Amino acid sequence: MSGVTTEVPLPPDAATAQALSAAVLPRRFGSWYVAEHQLRAMRSYGWTIVMSGIGTPLMYLLGIGLGLASFLDVPVGFGPDGPVRYVVFVAPALLVSATVTVATEEFTYTVMSGFKWRRVFWGMNASPVAPGQIATGLVLATGARMVFVATAYAALVLAFGAVGRPVAALVLALLGVLAGLAFGMPLLAFAASLKDDRGQFAAVQRFVFTPMFLFSGTFYPLDTLPVWLHWIGWISPLWHATELGRLVSYGSPMSTATALTHLAVLLALAGGGWVVARRIFVGRLRG
Amino acid sequence: MPTAAHSSPVISAVGLTKRYGELAAVDGIDIEVPPGEAFGLLGPNGAGKSTTMRMVGAVSTRTSGDLRVLGLDPDTHGPEIRSQLGVVPQEDNLDPELRVRDNLIVYGRYFGIPRATCARRADELLAFAQLEDKARSKVDDLSGGMKRRLTIARALVNEPRVLMLDEPTTGLDPQARHVLWDRLFRLKERGTTLILTTHYMDEAEQLCDRLVVVDHGRIMAEGSPAALIREHSAREVVEVRFGSDRNASAAAQLAGLGDRIEVLPDRVLLYAEDGEAVLEQVSRRGLHPTTSLVRRASLEDVFLRLTGRSLIE
Repeated sequence: MSGVTTEVPLPPDAATAQALSAAVLPRRFGSWYVAEHQLRAMRSYGWTIVMSGIGTPLMYLLGIGLGLASFLDVPVGFGPDGPVRYVVFVAPALLVSATVTVATEEFTYTVMSGFKWRRVFWGMNASPVAPGQIATGLVLATGARMVFVATAYAALVLAFGAVGRPVAALVLALLGVLAGLAFGMPLLAFAASLKDDRGQFAAVQRFVFTPMFLFSGTFYPLDTLPVWLHWIGWISPLWHATELGRLVSYGSPMSTATALTHLAVLLALAGGGWVVARRIFVGRLRG
Repeated sequence: MPTAAHSSPVISAVGLTKRYGELAAVDGIDIEVPPGEAFGLLGPNGAGKSTTMRMVGAVSTRTSGDLRVLGLDPDTHGPEIRSQLGVVPQEDNLDPELRVRDNLIVYGRYFGIPRATCARRADELLAFAQLEDKARSKVDDLSGGMKRRLTIARALVNEPRVLMLDEPTTGLDPQARHVLWDRLFRLKERGTTLILTTHYMDEAEQLCDRLVVVDHGRIMAEGSPAALIREHSAREVVEVRFGSDRNASAAAQLAGLGDRIEVLPDRVLLYAEDGEAVLEQVSRRGLHPTTSLVRRASLEDVFLRLTGRSLIE
C-alpha cells in the first residue's frame, strides 16, 4: 500500500477546502442519489411494472379463487377455527412469490447492464458516490418496486377476502418485501460477480426460481411432498416467508421458536447477501 | 507547505506505481500539473495512461508512491477529490433509459447538487454542447459525436476544477473531432484544468500545453509539444515511398542523408533541418521514389524516436 497517512497537514488551499465541503452530502446521501437515478430509469418501463404488479395477482386470485378452488374437496390449510378456504391458504405464497419475481428481474439484468452493457455503474463510480453506495442504492430502488408490488397484491388479496384483517394484509406486504430481499441480495451478489451473461440468469429463473415456486409449499403444504424434497423448502426464502405469512393471515399453527427461525433465516439471507454484494461492488469498481 | 491557492499543483505524483501481480502497469511516474494547464498523457494502448487516470480520478488505489489531487490523498479522500473532477471516460456510459437532459440532471444529483440547480445547469450545458434541440431525445438516437459532447456536458455538471478526458475523440469522424476540440478550447480559456490521454498526435498538439510521453508505464519524455519536437526530432521530415519490397534496399542507398533515417514497412523517413534540400539529394543519388513528401516534424516522429514504434499500430 501507499504508506501515506492522513496526519499529513492539508494545504490551506481554497480548492481543498471546497472539495472537503462538497463531499459532505454525497458521503451521507450517495445511496439515495443512486436510488433516485434507478427509479427514474424504471419509469421507462413503468407501465410494465404497474400492469404486472396489478395484473398478475388479479389473474392468480381469479384463476385459483374462482377456478381451481372449486375442484378441491380436501382442505389443505387450517387455522385455529378449522379449515380455511384454498384461496386464503395460497394468498400469502402468491404475494411472496411476486416480490421474489421482482428480485429475479432487477437483481440480474439490471446489474449486468450497469457493469457491462450500459456501464452506468462506472459513470456513478467516477462521481463522489462510493461503490457500496451504488449497491445500496440499487437495493433501495428495487425495494421501492417491491413495496409497490407487495402493497398492490396485499390490497387485492384483502379485496378478494383472501385475508381477513387489513393489518394482516399490511404485515403480509412487509413479509413479501423481506422475502424479495432474502432471495434478491444473494442474487445481487451473484449477478455482480459475473463478467458475462452466458445464460446464468435464465438458468436461475428455470432451475432456482421455478422449482422453488413449485416445491416451497406454495400450492400445498410442504409435508405433502416426499421427505427427500423437503430440503428445497428449507433453503427457500419463499417457504420461510410463506409459512410466516400463513401464521399472520389465518393463524396457521406454529410455535414461537419456529416463527423466529423463519424470520432469522430471511434476515440472515438478506443481510449476508447484502454484505457480500457490497464487497463485490467495491472489488469490481475499485480494482 | 504551499500557502497561495494558485501555486498549489492540482495534481502531484511522485514515484506513482500500480502493479497487477508481476505486471507494473504504471512504473514510478512523477507528474505535477498546475491549475489551468492542459496536460496530456500520450502513449500507445497499454502504456499505462488509463491506469494513471484511474488513480488520479480516485477510483483505483496505488501500489506505491505518493499522489495528491487538490492537496488530498485519494486513498483517504476519494469522494472529496471526485467531487471536484469531471470525468469523460473512454467508453460512453450515459444512461439510455433516460432522456438527454435527464442524464445531466441525474448525474448532477450524485454531487449533492439540488434538483433545481441541476436543471438550470443542464440547460446551460446543453447549449454549450450544442444539443439544445436534443434535450428530450433518447440517448440512443444521438450520433457518436453528440454522445461524446453529452458525456462532456455531463462531466461539467459539477463545475469541476479538473476535467479528465480519456481518449476523447477516438472513433469520431474529423468534423465531430473539430467540434469537440472547439468546446475543449473554450473550457481551457475559462481556466479549467484539462488532463487528457490520447494516441492522436494532432490532438495532443492542438490541445496540450504540456505533455508526457508514456510507454510501458514509464515517462519517456516531457515538455510542450513544440519543445519535444525540437528536442527529439529535426525540424522537417522527408517521407519517401519506393514500394514495400524496395524501401529497405533504397534506405541503404540513402545513408548519410539528413540527421537520421527511419525505415517503416510502407515508407522511409529522413529527418533534416531542410527537407527540400534532402529530397533533391535523393534524386541526385539516382533514386526515384513513387511518392515523396516534405512536412514539418510532429509528435508522431518524437514518439517513433523515443519508443522505436508508431503510436497507432
